[in-house]
Amino acid sequence: MTESDSWRPTAALEVLRLRAAMLSRARAFFAQRDVLEVETPVLSIAGTTDPNIQSLTTRVSGFPGTLYLHTSPEFPMKRLLAAGSGDIYQFARVFRDGETGRRHNPEFTLLEYYRLGMDHHALMDDVAELVGCLLGDEHGAIACRRMSYRDAFMQAVELDPMTADRALLLETLSRHGVPLPVDPLSAAQLTDLIMATLVSPGLGREQPCFVYDFPVDQAALARIRAGHPPVAERFELFFQGMELANGFHELCDQREQRRRFAQDNALRVQEGLPQVTADERMLQALDSGLPDCAGVAVGFDRMVMLAAGARQLSEVLAFAILRA
Amino acid sequence: MASYQTNEFRSGLKILLDGDPYTIVENEFVKPGKGQAFNRVRVRNLKNGRVVDKTFKSGESVEAADVVEMDMQYLYSDGEFWHFMDPSSYEQYAAEAAAVGDSLKWLKEEDVCMVTLWNNSPLLVTAPNFVELTITETDPGLRGDTAQGGVKPAKLETGAVVRVPLFLEQGEVIKVDTRNGEYVSRVKD
Repeated sequence: MTESDSWRPTAALEVLRLRAAMLSRARAFFAQRDVLEVETPVLSIAGTTDPNIQSLTTRVSGFPGTLYLHTSPEFPMKRLLAAGSGDIYQFARVFRDGETGRRHNPEFTLLEYYRLGMDHHALMDDVAELVGCLLGDEHGAIACRRMSYRDAFMQAVELDPMTADRALLLETLSRHGVPLPVDPLSAAQLTDLIMATLVSPGLGREQPCFVYDFPVDQAALARIRAGHPPVAERFELFFQGMELANGFHELCDQREQRRRFAQDNALRVQEGLPQVTADERMLQALDSGLPDCAGVAVGFDRMVMLAAGARQLSEVLAFAILRA
Repeated sequence: MASYQTNEFRSGLKILLDGDPYTIVENEFVKPGKGQAFNRVRVRNLKNGRVVDKTFKSGESVEAADVVEMDMQYLYSDGEFWHFMDPSSYEQYAAEAAAVGDSLKWLKEEDVCMVTLWNNSPLLVTAPNFVELTITETDPGLRGDTAQGGVKPAKLETGAVVRVPLFLEQGEVIKVDTRNGEYVSRVKD
């Protein structure tokens, strides 16, 4: 590739046509179900506190302080739900700093949607239909598997992630020849490394596979179900070893949500990351009453990758970051 | 001291690990759902050529290795060192046998090859992918046998021995692929 070619798209035009067709199919899918398409702001005075997601920031003349570019449209969409919008969806271009790779681009398209009265299992059924509509056969169907987070680990590495201590996690990584970083990792980070290197590459080889009921320290914005052990009512969808979606039976408890934001910011301090202003307006919305619902973020670009048989995200983006 | 963050990783980047210079062969950014991101990196030790896998927590920094690759002209060998010259600055560099390695058998005086410098001294000499060398010794050619048939050993002016088609004669110039040591074609005047 010569420098004089750098004006050209990173995606083939036929892939862009496929992408456009998939966008209209998804919109028809939601129209059929009476789910309302919405748009929420890219800029916000609050950002995500998640220590593993870094926001880009900017300023706008006449407004005090820093504005965050959204990493997901989740918070304003929950404000719409609390305001009585009913089922909603959005195609959102979101931004995450430091995420560039074969399957990552710092800006990408999330298809985020919420269904009232559903829990994470009912939403998995619904997502399976959406995947069928986007990647399925001529009838728009695709058979999906479903497996708990614990079983996914047991099958791949014979390890119970709910009870394993640091020593066992380290032993599992070394037994499978995964080298460790120089910096010491917490038990949660070791679990993430096992998931990323040893478990997820084998998930959904033949057919899409939902992984559900996550450890509580990975609850993010999901509710926690009491039990032995307690689990977070969260799911992820994998197909051909690639993560495609992340969903929650949404946490509605304002106090618990506030506690998690504070805990995230405490972790950020430990990791030497800047603290992030928690979204007070979203917390107020929870306080005024978020209807019982489940929500999911679907990586739309990755769906297109699978439909197009692309090896890298750049092949489905008109202009990936290096040509932006 | 210069350093690189994991998000600057790309193949070909030269980094310092445990005091040794490495080049990045492959870099994969992996991130589970909402969890910790990692860079899984395959690196080659530039001193011994060994390839190993490493894991970095995304956001970590790694020291940069002062490694540059330059085209240089091979001047001569004094038996202990092989001497090269940067044609733009006329600066000369002496490489040890370990740095020259297997490239030795393809080097002809005045040829241009790639020299990898680490902290300004030659670490590795890479012969050009293709060289043209004269056959100094081989069995007499078999006339007319230009289409197919067997091969025979031929010694080249640098001392290297390659397998060539039977029709070639002593004194002829041939093109050789240095990466696999195979004969490519006859070079006609």
